[in-house]
Amino acid sequence: MGGLAHYIEDEGIPTTQISLIREHTEKIKPPRALWVSFDLGRPLGSPNDAEFQLSVLEHALSLFKAPSGPVLEDFPHDAPDTVDQPVSVACPVSFRPASETQSSTQRLSEQFLSEAGQMRTWYDISLNTRNRTTMGISGMSPQDTADFINRFIDARSRTELMDDPNLSDRLRLACEDIKAYYLEAVRAQPGQPTDSKSLADWFWGETVAARVINAARKICMDADSEKMKILGKLLLVPRNQMHRFNK
Amino acid sequence: MTRLDQYSESERAHLLGLPCPEFDTAPFAAAPELDMLRVAVISTAGLHTKGDRPFDMGASDYRLIPSETPAGDLVMSHISTNFDRTGFQMDLNTVFPLDRLNELAGKGFIGSVAAYHYSFMGATEPEKMEGTARDLAKIMKKDRVSAVLLVPV
Repeated sequence: MGGLAHYIEDEGIPTTQISLIREHTEKIKPPRALWVSFDLGRPLGSPNDAEFQLSVLEHALSLFKAPSGPVLEDFPHDAPDTVDQPVSVACPVSFRPASETQSSTQRLSEQFLSEAGQMRTWYDISLNTRNRTTMGISGMSPQDTADFINRFIDARSRTELMDDPNLSDRLRLACEDIKAYYLEAVRAQPGQPTDSKSLADWFWGETVAARVINAARKICMDADSEKMKILGKLLLVPRNQMHRFNK
Repeated sequence: MTRLDQYSESERAHLLGLPCPEFDTAPFAAAPELDMLRVAVISTAGLHTKGDRPFDMGASDYRLIPSETPAGDLVMSHISTNFDRTGFQMDLNTVFPLDRLNELAGKGFIGSVAAYHYSFMGATEPEKMEGTARDLAKIMKKDRVSAVLLVPV
């Protein structure tokens, strides 16, 4: 971010920026920066808190009054919905008993489809209430996205997918879409928290979808393609959630 | 919170170990008075309109976001899975504060909001974005942009 500020300012347009990691900004020294203590991914602080967001923006824009730079100031407030301890997200899902003839992957896939199906009502409520979804980067419907990931984790159906040169991109976008689908759905339920940690802990700790993404991660790590290896190593499961799958 | 002392030791070490470009120069362009500013937003959240090309690993280009783009038309294809997306899902302004900027223009805090805004994908090394960023500055001048707000993710 700070690098872009250098280039654009050097072309003659003054810049100001929000800084999320102060230590990085101290090294890069962009012309004007406002450090905020918010979560990565929430540079304006809290969702649906216009007053707080305006305060952040006014501070960042007011740095244009500084006569010289670089300027690095600290925003004096934490985000209002910051929590010290994550809140439990209750979202019970029921599954059919597994058949003894099913493989563990088949059981996982079936439970995933069942769980994703049960999220659908909440997802539709979210979509209708907010008239907005952030799902859609894979270009597939929720059902097709779940089917696609299931086909990837099953050794037999995966062979049909491996010829696609864009498979790693498709898989990454599908996993992002499924996360968006689940998180938008659960947020439509009454009384659910809004902080990032509670929602991430629910998705990665409680859902079958997360176990399916982890199964995909392991397959990517063992793939021949360098791009697939990078996908598995870095881009499917967050570093701070990996402890759940390293047991 | 992004206070590094509250992260696990390994996560803190990872974030501190990320390469940061260092510059020999310190450009500082004079800014007009706040109420005269015409402000464009540049995000590095990997945002784009639905139907536009998703960002891929190593992408150094940007996507154009017209000022009137409805929130429901924007999606995010940043390659990193290590930051929160639920804030964006609940409220676009958590990452891309176009509504707030329009409100600030409405009450005269700034002069106006530019016709176009932009998003890069911030996992790419900034050095690879230099040519594109410099070209983009020339385009923004034609949109009479007199100040840029950079918003990371």
